Order: sequence, then C-alpha cells, then structure tokens
Amino acid sequence: MSEAPDTQRGLLATFGRDGLMQIILIANSVLMLFPIVIMVFSGFKSNIEIFQSPFSIPDFTDLSNFTAMATQSNFLRYLFNSFFVTGVSIILILILGLMASYALGRYAFRGSAFVLLFFMAGLMLPLKLAIIPLFVLFRDLGFLNSHLSLVAVYVAMGLPSTIFIMTGFIRTLPRELEDAARMDGASEARIMWSIMLPLCRPAMVIAAIYNLVPIWNDFFFPLVFIQDDNLKTLPQGMTTFIGEFVTNWGVMFAGLTLAAAPITIVYIILSKQFINGMTSGAVK
Amino acid sequence: MTATPDTPAKGPRGWITGRGAWITFLLVPPLVVMTLFVIYPIVSALAYAFYDWNGLRREGFVGFENFRIILFEEPFASTTWQAFKHNIIVFASLMIVQNGVGFILAYCLWRDLWGARFHRVAVFLPVVLSTVIIGYLWKLFFHPIFGVVNQSLKAVGLDSLVQPWLGQSETALAALIFVNAWAWVGFPTLVFLAGLQRIPSELIDAARMETDSEWHLIRKIVWPLIAPSTTVVFILLFIGSFNWFELPYIMAGLDGSPFGSTDVLGLFFYRTAFGNQSAGVQDFGLGSALAVIMFLFIAIVATFWTLHLRKKELDL
Repeated sequence: MSEAPDTQRGLLATFGRDGLMQIILIANSVLMLFPIVIMVFSGFKSNIEIFQSPFSIPDFTDLSNFTAMATQSNFLRYLFNSFFVTGVSIILILILGLMASYALGRYAFRGSAFVLLFFMAGLMLPLKLAIIPLFVLFRDLGFLNSHLSLVAVYVAMGLPSTIFIMTGFIRTLPRELEDAARMDGASEARIMWSIMLPLCRPAMVIAAIYNLVPIWNDFFFPLVFIQDDNLKTLPQGMTTFIGEFVTNWGVMFAGLTLAAAPITIVYIILSKQFINGMTSGAVK
Repeated sequence: MTATPDTPAKGPRGWITGRGAWITFLLVPPLVVMTLFVIYPIVSALAYAFYDWNGLRREGFVGFENFRIILFEEPFASTTWQAFKHNIIVFASLMIVQNGVGFILAYCLWRDLWGARFHRVAVFLPVVLSTVIIGYLWKLFFHPIFGVVNQSLKAVGLDSLVQPWLGQSETALAALIFVNAWAWVGFPTLVFLAGLQRIPSELIDAARMETDSEWHLIRKIVWPLIAPSTTVVFILLFIGSFNWFELPYIMAGLDGSPFGSTDVLGLFFYRTAFGNQSAGVQDFGLGSALAVIMFLFIAIVATFWTLHLRKKELDL
C-alpha cells in the first residue's frame, strides 16, 4: 500500500504550511501593533527620550504630557462634542431607521418597493460630493457652525444602511406573536413597541456599530461646517492641538493616544460585534 | 385565521385608514430626512455645475462651460488630469497591496491556527481608528530625522534606505499608499475570511484528495467560491480610492505636497470649492462640475464593473 508514505508526506506538508502561515500572521500582527505601541510609549516620553531612544520602555508614572494635553488644549471639549454628536446621531438613526424598516418589513402596501428603493439609493450616493449644496442649504437653514449640521448629515448618511440591515431582519421575525396580540385588540403602535421592538435588538446593535465608527471618526463634514473651536469634534480638533504642540512630540503622541483610546477600548471589549457589524455591509 | 395585516380588504373601514395613517406616520420622518439631506443636495450638485458662481452667489446659466474649463482649460486641466492619474495609481496599488495581503492573511486565518482570534483582532484594530490619528501618527513616524521609520532602518543596518519619505516627490505617494494599506488591510481580510468560512469543509477535503498543490486548490476551488466577497471588496476599494481625501489632507496638506506629487481629485475638489490659504478663491461652479464628473465616473465604472464581476461569479 502506498498510502502510508503519502499520508506522512501530507502531514509534513501540513506542518510546513501551517508553520509558514503562523509566521505570516505573527509578522503581520507585529506590524499592526508596533506603531500603536510606539505611539502609546512616546506619550510618556520627553522630546529628548523620543529622539534618542525611540523604542525604549518609558516611565509609565510620568503623566505630564497627558495632563498638558488635557489642561492646555481644548481636548476635553472636543471629546465631549464627539460623544454628543455621535450619541444623538446614532439614537436618531435607530429611531428613524426602525420606523421606516418596520413599515417596510411588516406591512404590505402599494409603493413599498419604490420607498425601499428610494432609501437604498442612498447606499450608492457618496454624500461627500454633494458638500457644496449641503453647505448652501445649511447656510440658509442657519445650521452652519452648529452641531445640527453634523447630526443632519450623519443621520441621512446612516439611514440607508440601517434600513437595509433592519428591514431584512424584521422580515424574518415570526408573525404569530403580533397576530395574537392583534386578536386581543392591541393597537399597531402597541404591538410595535412592546412585542416587536425587543425582538429587533440584535439588528439594532449591528446597525449602531456599523454607523458608530464612521460617525465618530468623521473629519470631512466638520472641516467644512464647523469653525468655532468650542464646537469641534475630536478628529477635527486634533488638527488644532497638533498645530499647538507641533514642537512637543511627547504631547502630540499623548494627544493621539488619548484620542485613540475611547474607540480602541470599546473595540477590544466588543471586538466580535465590531467586526461583524463593520463587515455586515459587505458580507451577505 | 389569515387576518394578516397584508390584506387591507379585511376589517372595518376605519381600521384601514388607521393602518394607512400609521404607516404614513412611520415613513414620513425618515423620508423627509433622506429627501432634504441626500436627494436634494445630490440633485442640486448637478444643477450648480451649470451655473456661473460669484463666491457664494449664483449668477447666470453657462451650460457646459464649467466642465470645459475643468477638463480642458489651463491651469485647471493639467491639475485635474494629474490628480486623476494619482487616483488611478492609488487604486491599482491598493488593489495589489491591500487586497492581496488581505487575501493572504484571510487564507492564513482560515486555518484557525493557535492565536487566530488574537491576529484577527490585531489586523482590524487600525480600521476602527480615525484617519486623522493614523495620518498624524505616520507623519511623525516618517519624520526624516527623528521618525521611527528611519530610526528602524538605521537600527537594522539599512542606512542606505534612510530618506525623507514624505518630503520628496518620488516616495511621497508611495508612503501614503503604504499607510492606507496598513490602516485598511483588516477590512478585506475579514470580508475574505467570512467568505472562506462559508465554503463547506467537505468540498475542500474532497479537493485535497484530488490535488497536492495549494495553488491549484486556491485558483480552482477557493477563489471562485469567494467571488461574491471579492466583488464587494473591489468595488468598495474603487469608490474609496477615487474619493480619497482625509489621509492626503492630513499627511500631505491641501496642495498635495511636495510639488503636487500627492495631489488627488478629492484635494483638488476641496481646493476649488472652498479655496485654500495660498489661493483664496473659491468657485462653487467649477467645484460642482468636478464633483459631478467624479460622481459620474465612479457611478458608471462601479455599475459596469459590478455587473461584469457578478456575471463572472455565475460563470465560475
């Protein structure tokens, strides 16, 4: 039988291949994490330390760069603005998205296909290229230099994907529960609120994460709409404080570390949900 | 028992109006938001391009004049075409580097070796970080004297490679492409991985009996089966490459320095529409014309390419 040597050769090949794959993966993870680690380390160093020994482990008890960033710049203000704008946008996206998806996914009515198509068109249209009319519109509405402009754009940008994700999900929910409730004389609003809404939670989490990262990180729209330093969000505010501390590398690295911290921590805790959520548009 | 809400014929008349009002109540607010902040601006962008603009004030109708200027009249035309060329370079390089490495990593992760979970989280980490953070971080790293990139090269004895990466025309765009690939490689990796994980394992086992060649396996079995994932990843990269703005803005500035070697359509569009420090003029007409051209180019190519790839998916 020639089976034995064959299996053996197969096993050896498998070990060799797996070893190579493991090396590729480790090398890549080092390449991914090394810059982040250097960023955090440098946040604890002075200029001289960064220039002379860029790779050394710093004294982690020296928080002077971080306190300089927090007290001498508008950093905390930017952070608060980012939380505020992102939070309000996500809540509105979920409320409006749920309303539309519930109507489209739960009821058959004339024109529903057209309405769905109307929302889906938003998936294809890059809103960035409509920045000039948006600028004029917001000027006329008095939204310029106000968080209203950002919330309006983010909600409009987030709705199509949210409706896409949630309509698909709501359609798969069983009909028995709501039929029974309807027999008992419950109103449509009551059925939606107390029976269907709790079932929609998984889809709402996916939709929230899908929109969270681009909104939290957005730089383009505040760049055009917001001038007042006290209204800037974190990514936009970063250009300001980097400019202020341009000769102090330690403080710049501390600022980048602080700016990266909130989303990184949430990502590490919820990595599975983040990866599923952010690739959900592409994985179908 | 078939009293589903789908059958409006059933039930008393009042219930139907109630139902209609309820659906209207659910649909109107999201429809208003979409119309006001997506559809209306996009349609207006198209209209704006056909008008002459004096600052923020709209003047007369000029037909295709703005398009002619942006595409064929100097000094705009050469900037447009050079920026477009850079967008193509960015797209082609990222197709190879970002998606290529993404596929290799996905293939390695698919084996579910020891530590795969950790590697998965690590490769996706930069994807959740703001482009502004990534841009500034790497700008500091690429600093000619104190940056980590040159320091590392010196540390491993490659002193000959030490150079001002962002300061010279030959390497600046390549450096930006590298940073973009570093930041985004996690996305194609995990989309490809999801595609790979949907392949039934019996199919792979059967194929392994037939062939010893890993390459053959990938080309004939794996690649065709993850075609839907590749279509989405390719199209998203295409759209992203021709909308490229944040990273060059942060790392190379609004003028695409040095000497316009990193200038792309996104930067040129922003400069034309909103002006910059060096040239304070802003022209909404020319800016809109450029936006419309970019939009049409992206929409047409993306549509035809999607149809082409989908057809190939079926053929495979």
